[in-house]
Amino acid sequence: MSNMPAPSPLRIGERSFKSRLLVGTGKYRDFDETRLAIEASGAEIVTVAIRRTNIGQNQGEPSLLDALPPSRFTMLPNSAGCYTADDAVRTLRLGRELLDGHTLCKLEVLGDPHTLYPNMAETLRAAETLVRDGFEVMVYCSDDPIMAKQLEEIGCVAVMPLASLIGSGMGILNPWNLQIIIGNAKVPVIVDAGVGTASDAAIAMELGCDGVLMNTAIAAAKQPVLMASAMRKAVEAGREAFLAGRMPKKLYSAAPSSPTAGLITPGKPA
Amino acid sequence: MNYPIPQEPAPLQGPGPTLRLTVNGENRTFPAPLTCAGLVDALSLAGRRIALERNGEIVPRSRLADTPLAHADTIEIVVAVGGG
Repeated sequence: MSNMPAPSPLRIGERSFKSRLLVGTGKYRDFDETRLAIEASGAEIVTVAIRRTNIGQNQGEPSLLDALPPSRFTMLPNSAGCYTADDAVRTLRLGRELLDGHTLCKLEVLGDPHTLYPNMAETLRAAETLVRDGFEVMVYCSDDPIMAKQLEEIGCVAVMPLASLIGSGMGILNPWNLQIIIGNAKVPVIVDAGVGTASDAAIAMELGCDGVLMNTAIAAAKQPVLMASAMRKAVEAGREAFLAGRMPKKLYSAAPSSPTAGLITPGKPA
Repeated sequence: MNYPIPQEPAPLQGPGPTLRLTVNGENRTFPAPLTCAGLVDALSLAGRRIALERNGEIVPRSRLADTPLAHADTIEIVVAVGGG
């Protein structure tokens, strides 16, 4: 093990993390399942949504932040469900107040309710406002290399292109675009949305992504806690494979893995 | 001619003055005067991790106790919930 390099942390702005898996907290059966799945995932950064509180009977109603205390996890409040820059900025400002001035956030401005594809014009506008306002913006975006670059230039601390549509589980549809984005980026590139199973997460990491953010792939698995554990391993395996550097692909091998000499029966002439 | 003397309309509720607010989209009436902290108390949300917006402006937690509410204010109170 002496040749094993120490795993490099994921650096987002001034923060650094051991885990490169970021997870959402939606769609679980209850807070117990949420907590168990997130513990199994090893994630340190968890996304949360900001919504109106129930103003009826609140006594004793469990709260997400009791199950996932902000002292233990890095909260990533999101602007999920917002369709304009103004709504997203307003939501994320409320999230910052809710979390005692915590400036890290996930910006997401959606384009339409059927595909949940990001509206990039509004996303760019919101990113400018939020960065000016002191937020550390991790931004959900299309897998368009120019958009990703512009978001980086605005000052976002991470760009988070989709692998495929939110909640689709379709995996990585355009690895070539992701590679261009990774090649051009000076901030972490985190695949956000579309991962369906462990191999998708591993492929994202093998491409050189700095991390993977997912929710439905874990929460909608038949056994979410087991899938969370699989995702943890997939992200670690993909990262190590990326660092190790894969062998080149060849149509066939002229170099078998076992020695050609010393066969007890002569093979075909060389 | 005897004209009737206009009468003040009866208060909507209770003996004292009241405050009509829109809280998270619902019309609610509270006894006046009321601060933001008083509203949070009245809704049994004290001690919970919330953020409050009054007429589109965030009221920081440190200012809830000294920010009075006015008639017809629109209030949003949010919490963190599960999301991706």
